[in-house]
Amino acid sequence: MSSKANLVERRIIFGLLFIVVTMPLIFPIGWKTEVSPHVQMAYDLVENSPQGSIAIISFDYDPSTATELQPMAYAMIEHAFSKNQKIIAVALWPQGAQMADEAFGQILAKFPDKSYGTDYVNLGYKTGGMVTIQAMGRDIKSVFPADVKGTSIQDIAMLKTFNNLKNAAYIVSLSAGDPGIKQWIMAGHDMFGVSVTGGTTAVSAPGFLPYINQQNQLYGLLGGLKAAAEYEALINVIGSATVKMDAQSVAHILIIILVVIGNIKAYKIRRKKALAAQGD
Amino acid sequence: MKRTLPMILTFLVGMIVILSEFIPHFPFSKINSTLESWYLIISGFAMLLGLISLVRVNSSKVASKEENWQYYLAGLISLFTMVIFGLLWGMQETAGLLGHGESIQNWLGKKPFDYLFDNAYLHLSATMFSLLAFFIASAAYRAFIIRSFESNLLMISAIIVILGRTSFGTMLTSWLPQRLYFLQMSYMTDFIMKYPNTAAQRAIMISAALGIFGSSLRIIIGIERSYLGSDK
Repeated sequence: MSSKANLVERRIIFGLLFIVVTMPLIFPIGWKTEVSPHVQMAYDLVENSPQGSIAIISFDYDPSTATELQPMAYAMIEHAFSKNQKIIAVALWPQGAQMADEAFGQILAKFPDKSYGTDYVNLGYKTGGMVTIQAMGRDIKSVFPADVKGTSIQDIAMLKTFNNLKNAAYIVSLSAGDPGIKQWIMAGHDMFGVSVTGGTTAVSAPGFLPYINQQNQLYGLLGGLKAAAEYEALINVIGSATVKMDAQSVAHILIIILVVIGNIKAYKIRRKKALAAQGD
Repeated sequence: MKRTLPMILTFLVGMIVILSEFIPHFPFSKINSTLESWYLIISGFAMLLGLISLVRVNSSKVASKEENWQYYLAGLISLFTMVIFGLLWGMQETAGLLGHGESIQNWLGKKPFDYLFDNAYLHLSATMFSLLAFFIASAAYRAFIIRSFESNLLMISAIIVILGRTSFGTMLTSWLPQRLYFLQMSYMTDFIMKYPNTAAQRAIMISAALGIFGSSLRIIIGIERSYLGSDK
């Protein structure tokens, strides 16, 4: 096929994809989502943790993957707050601290009684990946002597008795790559025995499934936007993931249709070549 | 000496870290925690090194007017804009050299750094990642072609998983009676992800871990020396 025809085809595909992604965002379809076992596991971990316990949420991503991971952050913070749990936000990615602030800002509108330093704290970004987690496992105050605002960790009420990772009820790593969930599993769970769950982009999720095993190295996993929508369904919230799921579903259907068309086209070309060869 | 000293240091540090995992008591525990602190400090400097490298590489391309030099210039301007705004007025609740910049905040609604982060960086970054969807759609159309038994198997699995990962897919087979649960899209997707995918992932992970273990040992005992640079 000529390069001009190829270019036209590509433009048609791009145009179609743009339309099918945009339309459901303007006119929502409202397809229901079924909860998968891994999302249920992550939900159960938060649900069954005691009131007043402290959880760590690690924001190991940047704005590029916020579409998939930020709805998970909203849903998990909302769930933890609704169970009266306290949250320590940390970040192994430089922009993670800002993502945490944005997420808290969004959820605090629903929980006006929650206050900074008593119910949640943002310790910010720290370089070092797994070594940082190992050091947090021994003494969190040596790794984070102050929070993002510069307040000494000694002056933060909810951290008075929180010395290391072992004091955490569970750890959530929302991760778009390295460092992220894998490092939290290896250090947080395997070295210090804290339950670790997390969320990642749909494309990375298959790589973490081996960690969901009998040793509970990873306690459930939220993989992609669909998992975020499932979590929203579990906490009875119609959030951004639920809204965006229609667009993603339609885009997936378009991709399947394109694969079928591509195969029919390839079959026709092969047949034409075979007939031409027979003719020779 | 230029090569021997780093090799001795690598051997000592590597052995101490390994030993401290087996003997988590004094003095190994103390040395290990000190090494951790050193690592965190060095990692911080690595970021600075990255920043210097970024400026050097991009500015040399702009200076020599290489092809598309305008993009490198745009990158440098963006970098310095964020650094300068962050230094002058800080970000979020952290003050900069000129304090919090209340008058600018009144005008913009936020600090300049936060304003650019929320209104430019966040959206540009998400857009770059979103563009992948267009390329994936185009690539699926061109490359996902049945040519052999294996490619047929791959395509069937991919279609099941693609459909199973949508609300539409689950709805498509939700009418099936309970005794035919194994034909439901969500069950088939979970089955593929849980068994064939996990088995393959585990094999890859174990192989990679053994590879890392082997190459780490080679570095510690001095067989692998490429990290020291060339012999010249």
